[in-house]
Amino acid sequence: MPSLKDLKNRIGSVKNTRKITKAMQMVAAAKLRRAQESAEAARPYAERMHAVMAGLAGSVKGADNAPLLLRGTGSDRTQLLVVMTAERGLCGGFNANIAKLARQHADKLLAEGKEVKILTVGKKGRDALRREYGQYFVGHVDLSEVKKLSYDDAQRIARDLIGRFDNGEFDVATIYFSIFESVISQKPTAKQIIPASYEQEEGEEHVPTVNYDYEPSETQILTDLLPRGIATQIFTALLENGASEQGARMSAMDSATRNAGEMIDKLTIEYNRSRQAAITKELIEIISGAEAL
Amino acid sequence: MADTMQFDLVAPERKLASVEEAVEVMVPGADGDLTVMPGHAPMLTTLRPGKLTLVTRSETQSYAVTGGFAEISPEGVTVLAERSLPAEEFTKEVHDRLIEEARRVHDEAHPSVADMTAKLLADMEALGSHMLG
Repeated sequence: MPSLKDLKNRIGSVKNTRKITKAMQMVAAAKLRRAQESAEAARPYAERMHAVMAGLAGSVKGADNAPLLLRGTGSDRTQLLVVMTAERGLCGGFNANIAKLARQHADKLLAEGKEVKILTVGKKGRDALRREYGQYFVGHVDLSEVKKLSYDDAQRIARDLIGRFDNGEFDVATIYFSIFESVISQKPTAKQIIPASYEQEEGEEHVPTVNYDYEPSETQILTDLLPRGIATQIFTALLENGASEQGARMSAMDSATRNAGEMIDKLTIEYNRSRQAAITKELIEIISGAEAL
Repeated sequence: MADTMQFDLVAPERKLASVEEAVEVMVPGADGDLTVMPGHAPMLTTLRPGKLTLVTRSETQSYAVTGGFAEISPEGVTVLAERSLPAEEFTKEVHDRLIEEARRVHDEAHPSVADMTAKLLADMEALGSHMLG
């Protein structure tokens, strides 16, 4: 039976914890709003880019002189997994879910006898995968210094990827990130970015192919645009991830705050009971002492 | 035929302009400047660093763009620019920074693309005389 003093200390410490989680929840809520705004702001560009790329890719598809980034190397032996996670923890299952999805895919690919390489973006994913897949790591992108995600960050990652692709380091690259659905639901997703796939998404109307004039040539434009398309996809993924992280943290901290509240209630009841028990005990002692006289 | 068209200028991070009543748009295409008026044949062109001018009935607005591409259809123009600034915000400092960046890229570039980066640098320098001049 803990003493009254112990209980009082515990209540105090849980109260402090609750204050911290509450503050983190509010910070996450504010950051989430900002993250959503930037995701929203980036949407028009990504959509136009997607539409144009889909049209272009469709018309060049099948041509032998299509750029490698679109056509692929014709092999899928070496797979690069780009695992994008957060730089920080304390956000529920967010990092773990992405890592889990990547792990499943890596295991599947390894079982098929493919070669797997892993590039991590964000510290937490690297930590989660290091023990099992450390030998497959080929690089890490550190975004911990980045206050606000910008297109330049995405471009840096895209350049790195394309450089590796040009050197023949891998055949297929897939990014792993979370799509922000709502504060309580973030969906871990895998998306192939090299070779670029611009299939129509489900439920999307088929874009009527317009016969464009191209200046300079069609292939040249495509060569110019593909890296941008990849950077855009990475940028979108980073933004989605940012919003997901804050959303996950917000709900994790919300339930932590609630749990702390429940714990405080329970401890307070226990504290009051023990105090009452002590008073009763003292009373009994006094009364029985008086009776004995 | 309509005498105005839709004009959108979007950057990866935000939408910069969306005008429904553009009369003409001057675009710095990779192979040369071109002026787009309503009813232009559909075309897709990459951009070089340069000055983009939008003319509406009431005003003329310029933007500096550093690259990207433009999708042109009879109904309008969509410019997807990697970086873009309204002319008022394009100062000497911004320009110096861009040139410095282009020079760095050029210096570090692989010899096989040196022509391209040299052109980029030259375009970037020309951009200053267009915008600030």
